[in-house]
Amino acid sequence: MGFSGRHLLGIEALSIEDILQILDLADSYVDLNRRKVKHSTALAGMTQVNMFFENSTRTQSSFELAGKRLGADVMNLEVDSSSVGKGETLIDTAMTLNAMRPDLLVVRHPHSGSVDLLAEKVDCSVVNAGDGRHEHPTQALLDALTIRRVRGAVEGLTVAICGDIQHSRVARSNLLLLSKLQNRIRMVGPKTLVPRVFEEFGVEIFDNMRDCLRDADVVMMLRLQKERMEGAFVPSMREYFHLFGLDADKLRSAKPDAIVMHPGPMNRGVEIDGALADDISRSVIQDQVEIGVAVRMAVLDLLARTRRSTADHSVPRELI
Amino acid sequence: MDGTQTPPALLLHNARLICPESDTVGIGSLTIEGPRIAAVDVRPARSRKLHEFDCGGLYLAPGIVDIGVKIGEPGERHKESFGSAGRAAAAGGVTTMVTRPDTSPPIDNPETLQFFMRRASADSMVTIKPMASLTRGRAGSEVAEISLLRDVGAIAFSDCDSPVRDVSVFARCLSYCSQNDALVIGHPQDADLSRGAAATTGRFAALKGLPSVSPLAERMGLERDLAVVEMTGARYHADQITTAAALPPLARAIDQGLSVSAGTSIHHLTLNEHDIAGYRTFFKVKPPLRSESDRQAIIEAVADGRIGTISSMHTPQDEESKRLPFEAAASGAVAVETLLPAALRLFHSGDIGLPALFRALSLNPSRLLGLDTGRLAPGAPADLVLFDADIPFTLDRFELNSKSKNTPFDGQLLQGKVIRTYHQGQLIYRKPV
Repeated sequence: MGFSGRHLLGIEALSIEDILQILDLADSYVDLNRRKVKHSTALAGMTQVNMFFENSTRTQSSFELAGKRLGADVMNLEVDSSSVGKGETLIDTAMTLNAMRPDLLVVRHPHSGSVDLLAEKVDCSVVNAGDGRHEHPTQALLDALTIRRVRGAVEGLTVAICGDIQHSRVARSNLLLLSKLQNRIRMVGPKTLVPRVFEEFGVEIFDNMRDCLRDADVVMMLRLQKERMEGAFVPSMREYFHLFGLDADKLRSAKPDAIVMHPGPMNRGVEIDGALADDISRSVIQDQVEIGVAVRMAVLDLLARTRRSTADHSVPRELI
Repeated sequence: MDGTQTPPALLLHNARLICPESDTVGIGSLTIEGPRIAAVDVRPARSRKLHEFDCGGLYLAPGIVDIGVKIGEPGERHKESFGSAGRAAAAGGVTTMVTRPDTSPPIDNPETLQFFMRRASADSMVTIKPMASLTRGRAGSEVAEISLLRDVGAIAFSDCDSPVRDVSVFARCLSYCSQNDALVIGHPQDADLSRGAAATTGRFAALKGLPSVSPLAERMGLERDLAVVEMTGARYHADQITTAAALPPLARAIDQGLSVSAGTSIHHLTLNEHDIAGYRTFFKVKPPLRSESDRQAIIEAVADGRIGTISSMHTPQDEESKRLPFEAAASGAVAVETLLPAALRLFHSGDIGLPALFRALSLNPSRLLGLDTGRLAPGAPADLVLFDADIPFTLDRFELNSKSKNTPFDGQLLQGKVIRTYHQGQLIYRKPV
């Protein structure tokens, strides 16, 4: 049956079949997106609301484009933190929106678990576009598809995830997804940002970047937030780059055909060398952005199918 | 003349008496005369006017003395009042509530405490013994008026869950308290490490992406507090010990002869971090729920007496403050009414016997605070709870007497119900038929 949930809240609840179904459909959308005429009618007549409680130009525009290419009416709602100050809670905002009868709600929020909470309260399908440090499922899905398209498979690979693991929802979702697909996960970064407890999930943790990258197939870099760079978690940007910034030299430890990924936006010269990021023989960062739109189209399409196949008034509240 | 007539005594017979002092349980009888227990296992003289009640073999224990109950007065009466908390206590077999000063404004001066006591005596069905704050405004910089507060009735001093950060201030507070022989109730937790934490560091918090605090922050807080106790000679009780790592320093301090004791909360004895599951905010408490191995260690410590008291840490929160993402939601749970049925889980699981349970629920807290309750003995106040340990029920939070309904036990199966509660000889609760 495949991906049949009402929401996409995280990778944790997905089966391997769900993941493959999304990736396969997304593959076809990559092709569609490369045509001159990119339109489909999969979401015709549906309303998609992107509700972002945290700024994000790229994820939001990716979801917006995905919805529009599928023929949905897309509305962007940037809820800055000031409205929380006015006393409106997340649930109130969600209930207000719910009353406008959207079909698909794409949500990003700074608190872990907030999207789960919201999904319990609304009738539409909810897509988690990042909740706190918890999950960012579409990022992990697009990373997986990028790997699959470039390497031919996303199975049995050695993947090195590098940088600020502790605060990263991208790292958590990727860990869950890539583990489900039987890949070996390694992590490296300053000990202040790489909790050792991830070893309990089968991750191999390294202190030295070159050791971590040895014979890796995929090198996945994470963004280091500005406020964590200077003194709080690492002494300085230059020390961080010296130890954990990816450059051509460190990359030599990895397999010769290893690919370099980054969820963006990048800090050039902090976690990744600028020239390397632009080297299209190694970096697939632009591919990630392209494939991201296709993956989001696939997710929206599948949720819409589930929605259509279930009678509107009898939608079970918690399928996932 | 009416004035000289003594009211009839009440004989409770055929009861299973739980005696924490003698560590025994056995069928017997107990006579109440006025506000006090007149006799245990001795039938009153035949000439005496007597009412009798057949307890049907149910358990009769000293009423619970619950240290650390938050009442919403003053400031948050919509969350809990003396009236609602008193009814909840009566229904839970709690006959003395030792209240927390983390109200709004905090109870840090004799005038506020006087107001509080007047409200308590007007509305509460059970005994209220107030704690007052250790520092002015619970702000951690100036010592509160310890002696004046004591004169008005403060029984212990605590800044509750905001421990005094500045060690020199804390040392002065304890020094001052020791001179006044005032009991200090600490919250052993390193304030910096635990800032912003919503869960305990470990597999669960890592997977759920929750900001977390190492379980060692409790040991660090405790070790700091114990060093200051050693320095000042103060009397100190740790409100909640919830991790295995904090037990050795506690034992060392007691061996050393310091005037130190510790309690724990019912939630940390009966729940663990995995109960939070899908970010259920009713399970957000302070300190956060721990691992199962920590829970087991704490149960053992209660069973063998290293941890002396069990409290509800009753913290009413309204719906709005819990209908938020886990990190942003308020901490705490209402628990005064569910304390006994939850504690009976430990009896039914075979972990803690009933006399030991009531030693921690009634006798030890009473002794710690210098009260004369907590015992089944002639002369002691007739604060009693009669309960059936076996009645199973599914808890419906909307049936609780508290104004706030934030209980983690909602929908859970519990076993054991209070049948009657006596407070100073008066029947204050009877289980509805």
